[in-house]
This record gives sequence, C-alpha cells and structure tokens, in this order.
Amino acid sequence: MTEVRVVVNGRVERRDVEPRLLLVHLLRDELGLTGTHWGCDTSNCGACVVWLDDVPVKSCTVLAAMADGHSVRTVEGLAPPGGLDPVQRAFIDCHGLQCGFCTPAMLLTARWLLDHTPDPTEEEIRTAIAGITCRCTGYANIVKAIQRAAS
Amino acid sequence: MQVPAPFEYLRATSVEHAIGLLVRHGPETRLVAGGHSLLPMMKLRLAAPELLVDINELTDLAYVTVDRDVLRIGALTRHAALLAAPAVGHVAPVLHDAERSIADAIVRNRGTVGGSVCQADPSEDLSGAFCALRAEAVIRGAQGTRTVPMREFFLGPYQTAVGPAEMLVELRVPLWSTGSAYVKVDRRAGDWAVAAAAAALRVADGVITDAGIGLTAVGSFVAAEAEASLLGRPPTEETFAAAGRLAAQHCRPSADQRGPVDYKRHLAGELTVRALRKAAA
Repeated sequence: MTEVRVVVNGRVERRDVEPRLLLVHLLRDELGLTGTHWGCDTSNCGACVVWLDDVPVKSCTVLAAMADGHSVRTVEGLAPPGGLDPVQRAFIDCHGLQCGFCTPAMLLTARWLLDHTPDPTEEEIRTAIAGITCRCTGYANIVKAIQRAAS
Repeated sequence: MQVPAPFEYLRATSVEHAIGLLVRHGPETRLVAGGHSLLPMMKLRLAAPELLVDINELTDLAYVTVDRDVLRIGALTRHAALLAAPAVGHVAPVLHDAERSIADAIVRNRGTVGGSVCQADPSEDLSGAFCALRAEAVIRGAQGTRTVPMREFFLGPYQTAVGPAEMLVELRVPLWSTGSAYVKVDRRAGDWAVAAAAAALRVADGVITDAGIGLTAVGSFVAAEAEASLLGRPPTEETFAAAGRLAAQHCRPSADQRGPVDYKRHLAGELTVRALRKAAA
C-alpha cells in the first residue's frame, strides 16, 4: 500500500491505496466522485478526463499514487457554490449533451480551453475535444456550446 | 475492468536516485513518466514490472532550448510543451508536424517525448522525425553519460539502446536543415500511422547538400537509399519522385489491420515525396 495525499476540488483527501489503483477509481470508488466517468479504460474515449495540477488528463491512464502531493479538479468542482460555470450554462442552452456520458469531460476540457484561449476558433475547439468521444455524435452542438460559453 | 498486475511504486527524487533504484532493484524495474504507453501495456498484462519508479517529479528534465545550432529537448518534456514551443516550429517544423498527429491534445498533456521514443513502437511518430533530423539520444547510467545517434537507438520493435540500469535524459537535435516536414496517413484522427514520412533538407545555392528521410510503420525508421539519391541534386519534383521510388522500393512493411504491403509501400513513396516537397517549400 502507498499513501496518497491529494487535494481534490480544494479539499485535502488521504487514502492508503494499492500502487496499481488508477486515479479514475480513486475518485469514483474511494472518494465517491462519480461525475468522472469510466469508459474505455484505454485512454481513447476521454470520459475520465480530470484536471491534474490544472491540466486535463485521462485519469484511466494515471496512477492514483502519481497524484500524491498534487491537486485534482473534477466536474464536481467546476461550478461556483450555488451556481453554474458558464460552460455548464452554455451546454444546457445549446443542447450540448444527450446521454451525458462524455459531458463531464467535455465541460472540464472546454473550461481549460477557454481559460487559455478565451476566443477559440472552431478548429481550436475541435482540436481541444478531439480526445473525447461523444457516443451520441452530438459534436455540432458541443462545439456551439463552447462557442456560446466563449462569448 | 483492466487492472495491472501488482507492483511496488517508488518516486525518484533525482536522476541519480532513479538510476540507483534501477541498479539496486534489477531488470524487472521500469521507469514511468507520462505512462501512456506503459500503463496500457500493464493493464493488458503485456508488461508486468515488479517495481515502477515514477520520474514525474524530475521536472528539471522538462525543457526545450535552442542554443544556436542545437535544439535540446529534456526527456520529460510533455508532448504539449514541445508543440507549444514556437522555436521548435522555426528550427525543426517536422517535430511540430509529428506532434500534431500524436493521439489527441489531452493525451499530449501527459505523454512525454522521452517515453514515446523509449517505447520504440514501430508506428510512433517522433522516432522517424528524430532519425530524419539525425538527432542524438543522451543516456545516463551509473557510469556517466553517453550519446547514441537516434539512427542506432532503435534495436527493434520495443527495444532501444537504453540499458536496464540507464535512462534517457535528453534528445539533442543538430540544426543543419533549412526545412523539414512530417506527413502521415492514418485511418482516423489520432490513430497510429498506416505509414508516414519525415524529411529534412539542407538546400544551398539551388542544390540539396544534406538530407534526412525517416519513415514510420514500414519496417525501418530510415530511408538511406532515398537520402543518398538527393545529394547534389536540385530540389525539384523529378528529384523527389526518384527519392520516393527508392523509399518505396527499400522499405519493409508488414500487412496488418491497417493495410496490405503494397498499399503501405505506395504510401511510403508518396508520403516521402510530399514530405520532401513541404520541406523544400
């Protein structure tokens, strides 16, 4: 077992975990943060995207032990208290989700993109979300939602 | 659910510490950085190291510097950081071309340049690019540091010149080329290459004075015969077509789910021509 001390959405969490535990399972099974979805398990689908030290990563391909001493932001940490992040509002307004499975990853990736590129081109948006598969193929509305959030 | 076999986990606090752990714990120890090649292999039980040494904290190995005639890339440089370095686009655009085609932006946030080349996957995109540029690998071990040309770095699929108690610390790119490019055909965005070609050229007074051609996923990372055909010739369509024919003729692709041999051979030739055209533009 190895001790993991990680700041998740601003809160310090400590757990003793097996070194082989993946970050996605620490978040979902140990910390109960099921907004991070567990999809393909092969770093293809992107449903498990979280921020590790303020950068989006696929948490099915990061060991929980690697997050020791670092910070993680999940979709549960996106909205300000009592409200919604502008990207969440825009996804609702533009019908940017259908089944919702890819949505937490899309929201976190969109937030990161807009933090670094406040006025992205459509191509920049599509490049940013290329690592996340929308099984409903609702990309057109997802792109529109991110454009709406930018404006 | 894919779960790696059990292993011990330690964090390296310095390059010397990492090498010491490799020496002490033996060949069933693996270094892990971004983990985007090793962890999937461990989940599929294709790899089952007894000890993982995490080198992600060795941030002094994450750098991109241009020093007159040499580009230095620290082994822990994330793909996203290499792609975000404007200087690389000026001095070695082939690396930016290749980076843009590696997986996706989120994977590139985590995966490292050193990890990619150490995985030595025959379809990996940077390997052919570094071979075209005649880059060198800087390898550290308990006895000190040595450099190995990238053209001698890959001993075979998933095998490199890095010994069991050594680590790659830097990729060093000599800046001799006046232009370079990478052109790839894949089945869908972010996929492994069906085939790809990297070209680097030095053109002086209307004549090609130096050339490097790297190939991806067709058996060898270097197209030596095609390179030799370019020297002393003008950078014209005719010259490039001849080089393309030689690249196709001498490559050794294997048939797989990405295509049959004749298709990959055709791509090796055509993509060599396109990469040369772009490098000369």
